[in-house]
Amino acid sequence: MSNSAYKAMWENLNLDIEAHDGLLEVLGKFYGDIYMSQEKRLKGMEYLDFVLSEVHGLRVKELMDAKEAGRKIIGTFCVFVPEELSLAVDAIQVGLCAGADAGTEAAETVVPRNTCALIKSFIGFKMAKICPYTESCDLIIGETTCDGKKKAYEAFGEMAPMHIMEVPQRKEESDRALWKSEVLRLKDELEKLTGKTITAESLKNGIKISNDKRRALQRLNTLRAAKPTPISGRDVLLINQISFYDDPIRFTQSINTLCDQIDERIANSEGIVAENTPRLMLSGCPMAVPNWKLPYIIESSGAVVVAEESCIGTRNSRDLVDESCETVEEMIDAICDRYMKIDCACFTPNNERMDNIKELAEQAGVDGVIHYSLMFCQPYTHEAFKVEKTLASENIPMLSIETDYSMEDVEQLKTRVEAFVEMIS
Amino acid sequence: MIAGIDIGSRSMELVLLDPDDTNNEIVLERRLATTFDPASQLKIILDGIAPEIISATGYGRKLVTEELCGVTTVSLTEIKAYALGVAHLFPEARTILDIGGQDTKAISLMKNGKVAKFEMNDRCAAGTGKFLEHLATVFQIPIADFGSYALEGDEPLMINSMCTVFAETEATSLMAQGKNPRDIALGLHGSIVRRTTNMLHRVGLNEPLVFAGGVANNPCVINMLTDALKISPSVPDRPDMVGALGAALHGKSVLKIC
Ligand code: SF4
Ligand code: SF4
Repeated sequence: MSNSAYKAMWENLNLDIEAHDGLLEVLGKFYGDIYMSQEKRLKGMEYLDFVLSEVHGLRVKELMDAKEAGRKIIGTFCVFVPEELSLAVDAIQVGLCAGADAGTEAAETVVPRNTCALIKSFIGFKMAKICPYTESCDLIIGETTCDGKKKAYEAFGEMAPMHIMEVPQRKEESDRALWKSEVLRLKDELEKLTGKTITAESLKNGIKISNDKRRALQRLNTLRAAKPTPISGRDVLLINQISFYDDPIRFTQSINTLCDQIDERIANSEGIVAENTPRLMLSGCPMAVPNWKLPYIIESSGAVVVAEESCIGTRNSRDLVDESCETVEEMIDAICDRYMKIDCACFTPNNERMDNIKELAEQAGVDGVIHYSLMFCQPYTHEAFKVEKTLASENIPMLSIETDYSMEDVEQLKTRVEAFVEMIS
Repeated sequence: MIAGIDIGSRSMELVLLDPDDTNNEIVLERRLATTFDPASQLKIILDGIAPEIISATGYGRKLVTEELCGVTTVSLTEIKAYALGVAHLFPEARTILDIGGQDTKAISLMKNGKVAKFEMNDRCAAGTGKFLEHLATVFQIPIADFGSYALEGDEPLMINSMCTVFAETEATSLMAQGKNPRDIALGLHGSIVRRTTNMLHRVGLNEPLVFAGGVANNPCVINMLTDALKISPSVPDRPDMVGALGAALHGKSVLKIC
């Protein structure tokens, strides 16, 4: 990372250069310890190492160039915001969820202390002026999912331009109607922002690009489940994380190239760990960059992660939008249908999540599940009970972990995870 | 010889087993304070013995390396170590409560002695040995006598807080009100018991229950636990050696595979 070359750009974005340098240093160190130390890594991961090393550099430069050329940048915090629409107005959509303990003190002046780390982090990043993505955005889309986010957006909205989508909490006909009206309202907003009209052609293209990205991730998820495990869980998590930042077309190509390499590995029965290594699924809250704490603990405890049931995981790539539609109206309906399938814990009763977990556990051939909820996350902490019950009926053991971004509980987490691995070995 | 060693936050224990003894009688046991220099203490506790393998457990288990000890080393968590140790001493046991220096664990066992489920306190030392140790100093009673001291009380006074610091505040304010210090001590023991019964119920409390770890030396905790659960737990003779014993048993099974 040649930071000095980007300094002017960061200054233009009004970042706090000193605090930002501090963040990059921590990120670099973490990445070195957790990623670069891995053995038998796939060649294709070099692309992801590069993207991550340039996450605040080259990629931000691309955003700046795009802005210069008149394109808009849309920030999001949730997989409910349809990227298809942003692509259809030639805008660039980026995820703003944050995974580091930064600016927490500032954040706690506007949200209560018992707010989950993810929320505190994105507010902290904004208030400490250390996130070039947040600062690049022309519009940030919030959504009414959990109460924590919903109320936090009121504070965030005073600091940045926001549009809030109402996400329903149930999946009845009336909820579908509400959701459709919200998708249409977003469409209007995006058209107004960009001065472009969404046409059947541009929307079809947006759907195609998003689906291609999902198809590449689906392919990866199928391949990774091979025995012996061809790619580490940490690497797959990183890929999922990067899918929220990178240019979607380039990303899709790189992941397909990586998958070709995995195909070769599988053909040669090569794995990154011994075939009898216990296989785990991580399930629960999203893990945003650089929140690699739990996967790292798991994979240093003699187990390997073979599935991520989360929004930075299968929840984001499982379902595709129907590509057979021809009119804008039909396509909007197809988009609504696809998004209403998301099994987020903010919905009630959300039983489809239980079915999806069972199915994924079976497909990936897991020996156990680690349920991960961020401390103070009501929706996922509640569902941990249901997930445990569901898995128990399938004789799959589960360990429930509640944690945050701090490192103070690492030793206890290690003991619990190791004991769980001993238990299922 | 096979050495099992349990390095906890307060003390470390060592158990030696003879690899050829099918009954696994303990050949030797030792105990030492962990202090702030566990590596040096480790050398002292191993002084004069030359085991073929060292099997380590406890939060300091990763400290025990081949480089440091000059022999093969393996490690396991306290959960597995207690399960193995208890299954050896009480083959029928189905649930274990282990209250140590800074951790409390509830473990449910399958019929074959394997771990079925466990719970462990996640961050602070609330309701552990440290909690009692700290409060004993407030009462100016040696920790070894704190349990019998509390048993002289009649009516436990309610202590609501699980947090060591807040519990101390509650205790001192009760003292300032002129309450019987023995009743306050009884109340403090009661708060530990409340916390652990919750944990036990979460893993599904099946009998027989074995209570181990350093705090199982405390007669007041045993009494109150018996009252609260309506189950009388079995307590090993030396409850704080169970982890080291389990580690040694694990060491033996590793040696056999090699
Ligand atoms: S967990 Fe729910 S609220 Fe969070 S990103 Fe996923 S869908 Fe959105
Ligand atoms: S992790 Fe939970 S509390 Fe935090 S933003 Fe997501 S749903 Fe809300």
